[in-house]
Amino acid sequence: MIEKVIFYVFAAILLLAAMLVITARNPVHSALSLVLAFFTSAALWLLAEAEFLGIALVLVYVGAVMVLFLFVVMMLDINISVIREGFARYLPLGALVGVVMVLQMLLVIGAGVGEGQVSLALADAAGESGAGGNNIRLLGSVLYTVYVYPFELAAIVLLLAIIAAIMLTHRRRADTKHQDISAQVRTRKDDRLRLVRMPSEVDDER
Amino acid sequence: MSGLIELSWIMAKIVALVIPLFLAVAYMTYAERKIISAMQLRRGPNRVGWHGLLQPIADALKLLMKEVVLPQNANRFLFVLAPMLSIMPALAAWAVLPLGDGLVIADINAGLLYVLAMTSMGVYGIILAGWASNSKYALLGALRAGAQVVSYEIAMGFALVGVLMAAGSLNMGEIIRAQEGPIWNWFWLPLLPLFVVYWISGVAETNRLPFDVAEGESEIVAGFHVEYSGMAFAIFFLAEYANMILISGLAAIMFLGGWYSPFHGLPLLGPMFAWVPGIVWFVLKTCVFLFLYIWFRGTFPRYRYDQIMRLGWKVLIPVTVVWLVVVSGMILTDFGPWF
Repeated sequence: MIEKVIFYVFAAILLLAAMLVITARNPVHSALSLVLAFFTSAALWLLAEAEFLGIALVLVYVGAVMVLFLFVVMMLDINISVIREGFARYLPLGALVGVVMVLQMLLVIGAGVGEGQVSLALADAAGESGAGGNNIRLLGSVLYTVYVYPFELAAIVLLLAIIAAIMLTHRRRADTKHQDISAQVRTRKDDRLRLVRMPSEVDDER
Repeated sequence: MSGLIELSWIMAKIVALVIPLFLAVAYMTYAERKIISAMQLRRGPNRVGWHGLLQPIADALKLLMKEVVLPQNANRFLFVLAPMLSIMPALAAWAVLPLGDGLVIADINAGLLYVLAMTSMGVYGIILAGWASNSKYALLGALRAGAQVVSYEIAMGFALVGVLMAAGSLNMGEIIRAQEGPIWNWFWLPLLPLFVVYWISGVAETNRLPFDVAEGESEIVAGFHVEYSGMAFAIFFLAEYANMILISGLAAIMFLGGWYSPFHGLPLLGPMFAWVPGIVWFVLKTCVFLFLYIWFRGTFPRYRYDQIMRLGWKVLIPVTVVWLVVVSGMILTDFGPWF
């Protein structure tokens, strides 16, 4: 009973936040609504006892991705009226994409629930680990046994993306000034400091 | 009805945790001023109450009386929301910290992950405070602090991955139980590089000296909270100190065996200290780290900003990655008394 109430409260907040993402006038408000949407969907996953996925969603999307998003959005000087110009023109296209997505989701969920295979396949694969209720152990053993090749493949794709992003942005221009950190670290006292011995002056006015 | 009783029991536990925590925060500021003044051969606060013991309360009252000034063209809603967002994660993370054996509000399996998720939310308070203030100093300070916190989170997360590998669990209680034994059985010894990395990034995460470039009187004044006054400013202050206590408590749990006494299981000393409750050891270990925070502030010069970033990305993260491989080797070979 209480769980149902909590579910509907969070679901309502999630829908509201999702609406705010596309209707808010200020881009920073949109980004923050997206944060709220992620957070509430994480809470919904916790209710479904998928604690690892729920907390990982907060850790990755709220804690890392959206922070960088906010950084970028805060630095931009976005003219809101230009963005909102095409709203009515693209509305039919957007609605069509939305309807198609809903249909696709219905197909997937309907097929999965009908034969009860979505959750059972995972449980069978990790059956021998005997992790009752601990879905972190369950996910780990499935990821590193049944799905090890797709998992490693995804890791390689991500690594490639990191390297490509760094290579694209990290061009060293010849005219920029930069410090050679290793030279700075190697400096010794003798390189910078010269001690001069001087005779003390005699105060002869007294 | 039973649901209601359960709910009020949880609320009671939360209150019983949060009130001592706020007292600890208040007296942490007092301890800091006293210890630093002793290091600088001064007396420190000594007017309000016996040896200045009521100083934190006087400070809190003063801040409560002050006006909260809203800057012109500031984003009113986010300006008020930002301090709350910064203190919320610092308090919420305490839900999974076991203070003694079984003395925990929520004993969940993903405890360590939950702590990481909660501490990673703290950066929103900083960024939003900087943006909503509509001030260039605040915005620059927020960018500095935000970039620093995000960078050091990675090193900190990796260091804690080593702990969860060694303990074989994400549950905080299980992590402590995996360290059962005297002081050399705790994880600080086999995970020494990770311990050092965790502690350095913990200091950097809280924007404390020597990594406190988020504020700089000569460049960006007080950084992201330059426009805040009165209670809103006090909440940022509370959040900073609550985060320090949280990081210290986590260090005590992850690397110094939480509630175990340093003589646990020894033939003669073990029974001698068996009567001391576990929470005392936990608090003592936390205080060691809190003292280190203050000691650092009293002794180290500040880092330059690019040096901070270099230390985080090019020194600490590689060290953790290498030591994670070493830890896996130690687990495979059942190395020492730890694995």
